[in-house]
Amino acid sequence: MIPLPPLAPPGVLTDEALACDLACFPTPEQYLELVAAFKADGFEMCVDVCGVDYLEHFERALPAGVTPTRFEVVANLLSLSKKQRVRIRVQAGSDSPRVPSLFSLYPGTEAPERETFDLFGILFDGHPDLTRILMPEDWEGHPLRKDYSVGHIPIQFKEAPGPR
Amino acid sequence: MSDTNRVAERPDRLTGETSEGAQELVERVATSTDELGREVGAVLRLDGVTLDPREIDYERHDDETMIINMGPAHPSTHGVLRLMLELDGEFVLRTKVVIGYLHTGMEKTGETLSYVQGATNVTRMDYLSPVINELSYSLTVEKLLGVEVPARATWIRMLMSELNRVSSHLVWMATNGMDLGSTSMMIYGLRERELILAFFEKTAGLRLNLNYVRPGGVAADLPDGWEDDIEVICNTIEERTYEYDQLLTGQPIFRNRLIGVGAITAEEALALCLTGPLLRSTGVPWDLRRSMPYLAYDQVDFDVIVGTYGDNFDRYAIRLNEIRESIRIIRQCVEKMPSGDYRSQDPKVTPPPRARIGESMEALIHHFKLFTEGFHVPAGEVYSAVESPRGEIGCYMVSDGGPKPYRIHVRAPSFTNLQAMPLLMRGASVSDAITMISTVDPVLGEVDR
Repeated sequence: MIPLPPLAPPGVLTDEALACDLACFPTPEQYLELVAAFKADGFEMCVDVCGVDYLEHFERALPAGVTPTRFEVVANLLSLSKKQRVRIRVQAGSDSPRVPSLFSLYPGTEAPERETFDLFGILFDGHPDLTRILMPEDWEGHPLRKDYSVGHIPIQFKEAPGPR
Repeated sequence: MSDTNRVAERPDRLTGETSEGAQELVERVATSTDELGREVGAVLRLDGVTLDPREIDYERHDDETMIINMGPAHPSTHGVLRLMLELDGEFVLRTKVVIGYLHTGMEKTGETLSYVQGATNVTRMDYLSPVINELSYSLTVEKLLGVEVPARATWIRMLMSELNRVSSHLVWMATNGMDLGSTSMMIYGLRERELILAFFEKTAGLRLNLNYVRPGGVAADLPDGWEDDIEVICNTIEERTYEYDQLLTGQPIFRNRLIGVGAITAEEALALCLTGPLLRSTGVPWDLRRSMPYLAYDQVDFDVIVGTYGDNFDRYAIRLNEIRESIRIIRQCVEKMPSGDYRSQDPKVTPPPRARIGESMEALIHHFKLFTEGFHVPAGEVYSAVESPRGEIGCYMVSDGGPKPYRIHVRAPSFTNLQAMPLLMRGASVSDAITMISTVDPVLGEVDR
């Protein structure tokens, strides 16, 4: 079991946000170990896993030593005994984002990770059933990516010219 | 053009290395061990995800069992929930929840709406507790903005969210009653809910998707004579909860359908990240109103209802008693309601009153800026959560300093709670499946967003 690292100074967090929770910035390699350490430290629940696509804000404020990548995976841990939250932000990669799955530690992250895969295309290693969950199985692309156009699917009206 | 050519032209497609396969339940031979374990609800036995091999019957021939679909158009699935069940006669062996039939991309939509418009978007997610959705959204925006909300707005928000909790639980009582064959409960539950919806209409102008709680405060002050309306609502509903007791709680058929069915332990509930009545039914006293107080919940007196056995009856009893506790909170809100502004007077966040627009150039500019561009929110990212009738509803927001959120993610309690279905269903009969869906209380608008 690794000792918990000193929490990195949060980058863009406002003071107000800091009052309620802490953020850490592990690399994908350290991610699982860090979460395991937090779990051993009394964080019983992983309430949420979601992704963020920083395509338009690649150069964002991050603590020193953290290399920004396009995709970030954000996991929110909750400790019922300490009444505390910790947010873990992993730089997941830019071209083929990939992080380890938390399923082995928190089975409840199964659906949120599937959702993140579905909407962002971030792969989770070790996930038991990484299929689309909200979009249809044969859907192409990942809708919450910033380069996924909102008007991507042409609506077919009668006698309209073909898709532009 | 053949299919192979199409794939070759699009090298960025991820199909090559993912199991972007069927979402449905498939034959046992075609399912991996981990996935199979999850479908039989065995993932939580022993430690973590260690599978107990005895739990899975690999030898089972597929022609002995039957895979059936329940939903997405089944009335008792509370929306468009689709369950795939593997049945051995009447008993459920494996369950898989298939969702996404109501997916409307609300998180994507949220990125194109300004912070002023955003509340209209989130209020449509969990359509049974719109006020609480708006609350979680507004608290998140306010946290990023650093806006101080007047005391009266805080108490109005509390009053409205407790009313909303009562109405949501009443709908649950109604639908749960109907799922178990008590059509009278259906009528009674919706009848009492109507009282609350009428009050919502009087206050906010709308019955369902209120758009009432907004960043900076609430949309309108409480109407004249609101204390009397609340008094009538509280007295009526509190009295009627005792009628429900007579109608359902002691009713032998109802009890037999619920007691001991779908029992889960606290460890299982924690591992599956369940929140709300599902978690509390296992005896974990976790209610964000008490544990991590927001608004002014630390200034009111109420009890957190917990169960013992984690079965369906506990979940029923918790919801019934939470109605009573909410009414206690509502009465205290009426008592302690401070006077003052119902929204922040910061002109950058709150539109000016109508009368000011005609006489003040500055008010006109503020009004115009607010409704065309919206206000700018400092860059940052924040997660904040509140207790909805179904569990923890959280909002994760990333702002880049512009007038629209860069990313808005809603942590929907029903979405996570649905993961408990395979575990609850394990070994239960098909008729109990209806009860399980009902006691998990999913709202599909929120699940699929």
